[in-house]
Amino acid sequence: MKILLPFLGVIGVVMVAFVGVELLNLRYLFGIIIPYAAFITFMAGVILHVLKWGRSAVPFCIPTTSGQQKSFPWVKRDRLDNPSDNLEVIGRMALEVFLFRSLFSNTSSSLKEDEGRLIHGSSKWLWGAGLAFHWTFFIVVFRHLRLFVDPIPSVLYLVDSLDGLMQLGVPVLYWTGLILLGSATYLFIRRVFIPQVRYISLPNDHFPLLLIIAIVLSGLLMRYFLKVDIIYVKDLTVGLFSLKPVITHNLGLIFYIHLFLVSVLLAYFPFSKLMHAAGVLLSPTRNMPNNSRRVRHINPWNYPVKVHTYEEYEDDFRDKMKKAGIPVEKE
Amino acid sequence: MSNSKSEELSSDIKYTLPEEDWMDVPVRMKKGMYCHGANENSLITVGFPNPRQWSSSETNWKLPENWQDIVLTGMAERLEKYRSFHIFMDICVRCGACADKCHFFLGTGDPKNMPVLRAELLRSIYRREFTTAGKLFGKFAGARELNEEVLREWWYYFFQCTECRRCSVFCPYGIDTAEITMIARELLNLLGLNIEWIAGPVANCYMKGNHLGLEPHTITSSVEFLTDEIEELTGIKIEPTFNRKGAEILFVTPSGDLFADPGTYTCMGYLMLFHELGLDYTWSTYASEGGNFGSFTSNEMGKRLNSKIYAEAKRLGVKWILGGECGHMWRVLNQYMDTWNGPADFLEVPVSPITGTVFENASSTKMVHISEFTADLLKHDRLEIAPSRNDHYKVTYHDSCNTSRGMGLLEEPRYIIKKVCNNFFEMPEHTIREKTFCCGSGSGLNASENMEMRLRGGFPRANAVKYVKNKYDVDMLACICAIDRAALTTIMDYWVPGVRVIGVTELLANAMKMKGENNRQTDLRGDPLLGAEGGDAEEESEDV
Repeated sequence: MKILLPFLGVIGVVMVAFVGVELLNLRYLFGIIIPYAAFITFMAGVILHVLKWGRSAVPFCIPTTSGQQKSFPWVKRDRLDNPSDNLEVIGRMALEVFLFRSLFSNTSSSLKEDEGRLIHGSSKWLWGAGLAFHWTFFIVVFRHLRLFVDPIPSVLYLVDSLDGLMQLGVPVLYWTGLILLGSATYLFIRRVFIPQVRYISLPNDHFPLLLIIAIVLSGLLMRYFLKVDIIYVKDLTVGLFSLKPVITHNLGLIFYIHLFLVSVLLAYFPFSKLMHAAGVLLSPTRNMPNNSRRVRHINPWNYPVKVHTYEEYEDDFRDKMKKAGIPVEKE
Repeated sequence: MSNSKSEELSSDIKYTLPEEDWMDVPVRMKKGMYCHGANENSLITVGFPNPRQWSSSETNWKLPENWQDIVLTGMAERLEKYRSFHIFMDICVRCGACADKCHFFLGTGDPKNMPVLRAELLRSIYRREFTTAGKLFGKFAGARELNEEVLREWWYYFFQCTECRRCSVFCPYGIDTAEITMIARELLNLLGLNIEWIAGPVANCYMKGNHLGLEPHTITSSVEFLTDEIEELTGIKIEPTFNRKGAEILFVTPSGDLFADPGTYTCMGYLMLFHELGLDYTWSTYASEGGNFGSFTSNEMGKRLNSKIYAEAKRLGVKWILGGECGHMWRVLNQYMDTWNGPADFLEVPVSPITGTVFENASSTKMVHISEFTADLLKHDRLEIAPSRNDHYKVTYHDSCNTSRGMGLLEEPRYIIKKVCNNFFEMPEHTIREKTFCCGSGSGLNASENMEMRLRGGFPRANAVKYVKNKYDVDMLACICAIDRAALTTIMDYWVPGVRVIGVTELLANAMKMKGENNRQTDLRGDPLLGAEGGDAEEESEDV
């Protein structure tokens, strides 16, 4: 059920596009209105969510220190895993965001049941697949920018030519598309087949993965098999981008399915775990320096508390203290 | 205890999972896996809400009528007060990296001990009450209703987390279960649902200055007892001072160090070291606790207990504060104290009176870790050390959770150990430093009624010790934490009999030659030294 429901959900999304475009001919709705609405939901949702997080206080300096602290000049410290100032924090965060450094150190533990022995080994599969997935996703999205701007900036040509280095016929085969499909499929398969990961997975962990796989599949179909005319697509997309959208040609069902899937992903994003993309930047265990003994961190809601004062303590124990030869304030 | 006994627990550890979804598996509170509920009086002493006599093993917890409101209002308040909590509720993707990082999961196989599910226990309620998706789609979006069953589950599993932060090292977003457990415990505390092993020491510490409830005259006599022991061993009479105004340094350490061995040997180590240096320092009976069980109940209680350290430093007019070996004590001192009770502008930036080293890294809190202080002494060759006096031990080192993952004090203790003993062996790389395994008894869970939970939680640590015992004949587990000293002793007896636990300062004091001392025949705990008869075992120290 946890997997079936999201799967049906994605099929449902495709069906909606099919019915809407093919049967009801709502091309204006699916080509212009829904994409705009999705994009607005995405932007507003993400911004509002981040603002909401931002309103929450950071009362304490609580970095997770994953390396040697800064103490003496003669002790080699770990600037990246235990940053002591903001510059080093930027280094830690950059490695975290761009290379998933924490995940890189992942281990896998297994129990030799007959001997009662635990074995811990390095485990890089999740890191590798996660990195491949996110980077190729980013490059694919970046590549799509050429559909929205005219003329196309040279940097996009560069990415395009690098991505298409393995030219295997026409059109040029983008390797990022294939890696994206492969890594997303791997991430889905591990969710289904690794017992622990299946057990912790929620329907809304499967849904975005399946949605993204559907987006990639529809994109690949469109590019390599059903061959949507890119010139006509660009008429629409440049129009969307310049806020003068028009639908001039019949773009074919597959294009609308692709666009609707993307719209659903955009609208879903701010209300889901996909917000980890923004949240990681605000994570206090990663984005703070371990300098709280050197620089006082201020808690904005720090308030006075009731304490048991020394005077009260001495009143409780004065005689015992005097007997034990401990100095007191009041004789 | 025999090895066959240790097989009793290890043989039923299985990482197989139930058929049902975790939300459909009702909590089964297993005896030996949880603590006694807090006594009414312990809560009344510090003014905690909803004090009452209740029993955690019974079904009626005598909850206040509006308990759901209390919890939800408490959550709403904390979502605004803690960005960590707010973000960690939202961004987990359930990638599973944390799943096998928790010592309680590895020792029990209970899936709700996977950090991700421990957090989901709370997240599921957050979604239902605070997110649109959770309100609209319920279980499909991972949301569920808050009911008594959920509350029992919280109580059972958030007092089955030691706030060790091992999971947060591996999380790609730094989600820290310690933060989540802290908040969950605050919420439970609002309903008077604490455990007595925490609430009792908190009340003691509030009224008497330390967790054990030692009154001032008991503190002095405990220390006197230790100085007698030292005199017997070395022939040197040490006379420490208490609550002395005008001392240069205030020394604060966990009260456990005064109470039971092997902590008392570490305490003897402090006394011997400070005497040898001629340090101008004082103990305090008012601020006689370095640890902070208050921080295991609520942020506010942590602050209330911690306030005594600065207040006493100010009253006595010391220049700076030196802290003993303790784990969570240093999480608090490093990441909370200055924020809570600072600025300590009445103190001076700590300077070692022996070496002149300025402790720049503590320039605001003005509080230095004993291992930092000692490592600096050894670096400057200010102590005469005979490492051969630890030759009868084969030592490994356990990083305590808080000093490694809440501070990064990794090298200083190792530097000391390598200087003061010749036989040092590291445990496997994935079980030390920032990846160290908890003793399984931290965050106020070192009671006795939950012994099975503690033994299971200590299993991964013990397993790594067993590895070096088999490989190098290691028989001594060094640490810098008072709870470790007490808890790991029990864990070792059960899982790795023959391995004992020792504080780093005890190792130091064994090796430290004091001016005018007798020819020592034994170490601090009375074990005979290798080659002690001839007395020339100490010659080897020259080249170190």
